Amino acid sequence: MRLADTLRFARDAAAGYPVRTALSVLAMSIGVAAVVILTALGDGARRYVVGQFSSLGTNLVIVLPGRSGTGGFNPANAITSTPRDLTIDDAASLRRLPSVRRVAPLAVGTSEIAHGGKLREAMVAGSTAEFIPIRNFELAQGSPLPDEDWNRGSSVAIIGAKLRQEIFGTEPAVGQLVRVGDRRLRVIGVLKPLGQGLGMNTDELVIVPVSLAQAMFNSNTLFRILIEANSREAIPAARTQSLELLKQRHRGEEDVTVITQDAVLATFDKLLGALTLAVAGIAAISLAVAGILVMNVMLVAVTQRTGEIGLLKALGASADTIRLAFLAEAAMLSGIGALLGYLLGQLGAFALRQAFPVFPAYPPDWAVIAGLSTALATGLLFGVMPARQAARLEPVLALMKH
Amino acid sequence: MALIELSGIERRFLLGDTTVNALNGLDLQIDAGQYVAVMGPSGSGKSTLLNLLGLLDRPNAGSYRLEGRDVTTLSPEEQATVRSRRIGFVFQSFHLVPRLTAAENIALPMMLAGIAPAERKQRVAQALTDFGLDKRADHKPDQLSGGQRQRVAIARATIMQPALILADEPTGNLDRHTGDEVVHLLEALNSQGVTLIVVTHDPALGARAGRQLVMEDGRLKHDSAHAPG
Ligand SMILES: Nc1ncnc2c1ncn2[C@@H]1O[C@H](COP(=O)(O)OP(=O)(O)O)[C@@H](O)[C@H]1O
Ligand SMILES: [Mg+2]
Repeated sequence: MRLADTLRFARDAAAGYPVRTALSVLAMSIGVAAVVILTALGDGARRYVVGQFSSLGTNLVIVLPGRSGTGGFNPANAITSTPRDLTIDDAASLRRLPSVRRVAPLAVGTSEIAHGGKLREAMVAGSTAEFIPIRNFELAQGSPLPDEDWNRGSSVAIIGAKLRQEIFGTEPAVGQLVRVGDRRLRVIGVLKPLGQGLGMNTDELVIVPVSLAQAMFNSNTLFRILIEANSREAIPAARTQSLELLKQRHRGEEDVTVITQDAVLATFDKLLGALTLAVAGIAAISLAVAGILVMNVMLVAVTQRTGEIGLLKALGASADTIRLAFLAEAAMLSGIGALLGYLLGQLGAFALRQAFPVFPAYPPDWAVIAGLSTALATGLLFGVMPARQAARLEPVLALMKH
Repeated sequence: MALIELSGIERRFLLGDTTVNALNGLDLQIDAGQYVAVMGPSGSGKSTLLNLLGLLDRPNAGSYRLEGRDVTTLSPEEQATVRSRRIGFVFQSFHLVPRLTAAENIALPMMLAGIAPAERKQRVAQALTDFGLDKRADHKPDQLSGGQRQRVAIARATIMQPALILADEPTGNLDRHTGDEVVHLLEALNSQGVTLIVVTHDPALGARAGRQLVMEDGRLKHDSAHAPG
C-alpha cells in the first residue's frame, strides 16, 4: 500500500471511533503540556535567579574578609577566627591590577536618617564614586559621590527612591541637609527606583563616602571590596591577581576570600537546571502513561476491528500492510496529541507569564523537543504490539468475527 | 492444465477434546473458466473448502496447486500476493467496510495492492457503471440495499481482475429477486472467462452451474463431472 493511502486509511479509521481517538489524543496532549509547562516553570525560576544575580553587576569579583574553602560565606569564620581586616588601602591597591577596571570598597551599617521632623531607619553603604557604576545602579537626580581621596570623605549622601519619597515627599531632595546618625550630610543625588533585588533594597539605601561610613560606625574594616574586571575573560585573572596582591599585603597570609559572580551564578544555574530536568522527568512519566493508554486503545481497536483485518487480508493485504496501518494510526494519535499538548503547554506558559510578568516562564527548547519526541516515540513503541497482533491474525478466524 | 488441483487435503479442527474432520482426504480438480456449485448440508465442509481455496486457511495435510504452483508452501506474504492478484471473494454477509463509501470499498483491493490513484479512479468508475452503481458511488454501506451491497462486494472482488472468484452463499442474505440479479452478475463474469465457485444451499441455483459438487462430512459425495451418465 502507498504511504499516502496508509496515512489516509489510518486517519479514517481513527476518525471512525471518535471517543477512543479523543481519549488517547487527550492523554497524550496532557502529557506533553505537562512537560512544556513544568519545564517553563523550572527554567523560568532558573532564568529569574540568574537574572537577579546578573543585575548585581557586570564582570563582578567580590572580596570578603576571612578564609573560606568553599568560596562562599562560612558562618564558622564569623565566630571563631578573627581574620585580618580588609582596609580602604587594600581596596585602593587593587586599582593597580591590569585586569581590573574599577574597584569600590564597601562598608555597611544601619543608622537613622532624619529631616524636617521625619525620622527613618536606613541601611548605610559607605563606598566611592565607582560603587554606582559597578553595581549597575543609576541616578534619578543629582550627581555621584565626588571622585576624591578615599580616606577623606565629604559630608554628602545619595539616597534611595523610597527614602526620598518618605522624607521629602514632593519637595526637591537634592541640596537639602539630612541627619544620618550624628552627622549632617548634604543630599547630592537620588537613586532610580529598582525595587527588591538580591542583596540589598536600594530604594531604602543611603550611600555615603566610605571613610565617612567607617567613622560613623567607628570601624576601620570593610564589609566587601567590589571589583569589576576588564572583561568576562579577565574575571579569573582579576580573581587570582587580587588574591595574590592581598596575600602579599597581609604578610603572606591568605585571609580573604575572593568569589566571582560567575561561580555563584554557575552554582545556581546548575542547581536550577537540575531541578528543571527532574521536573521534566516527572512530567515524562505522564507521557509514558499516555503511551500505555495509546497502546490499550490500539489493542481495543485491534479486537474491535478483527473482522475488518480479516477482510483486508482476504482482499490481499500483507501482514506488513496491516502492521503499517495500525502503526500509522498509533503515530497519528500520539502525533496529534503531542502537537495539541505543545500548543496547550505554550498557552499555559503564556498565561503564567501574563499572571507573573517578572517570571520568564518560557519552556526551554530542549524540553519541547524532548517532550514531543518522547510522545512520538512512546506512541510508536506502544503501537508496535497492537500492530503486530493485528498483522498476526489468521485471516479465516478474523473473518469469522465480522 | 487444471486451474485448481487438490489432492489428499485434510483439515481438522479441535473442538474441546474431539477432532472434527472438516475436510477428509479431498481430491479435486477444477479447470480454468469452469462454473462450479458446491452444495451439501450445513457443517459438511463447504466453507472450509472455500477458505482453503482462497488461501485464507491452510490444510493439515495434502497439496494444493493453483495454476500449477504449490501454494500451501508459500510464505504468508506470497499468499497475500496471490490473494490480491488471482482471487476474489464474495461473502454471504457482504463484508463491506462501514466507514468507506461504495467507491472506496470497491477501490480497497487496488489500494492495498499499491495501484496508483489515477488508475484506481478510472477502474472504479468503470466498475460502478458495469454494476449499475453510478448513483451510489458516495454512499456508505448502511445507505445501500442488500442487493446494492452485494453488487459493491462483487465489484470489489473483480476489480483486480482475478482468475478465480469464490462466493460463499452470496445470495443467502438476499430475497429471491435480488439474489437472481447477483447470480446473473456472477455468471456474466464467468462467461468472460473467470473461474467461478459458488457455495449454495439452493438446488435451483446449483443446477445453473456447469458442474455440481455435493459434500458430506468433509468428503465429496457427488461430482457431476464424474457422475455416471
Ligand atoms: N474454526 C473452526 N474451529 C472449529 N471447528 C470448525 C471451524 N471451522 C469449521 N469448523 C467445523 O468444521 C466443520 C465444517 O464447517 P464448515 O466448512 O463451516 O461447514 P459448511 O460451510 O459446509 O456449513 C463443522 O463441523 C464446523 O463446526
Ligand atoms: Mg458455510
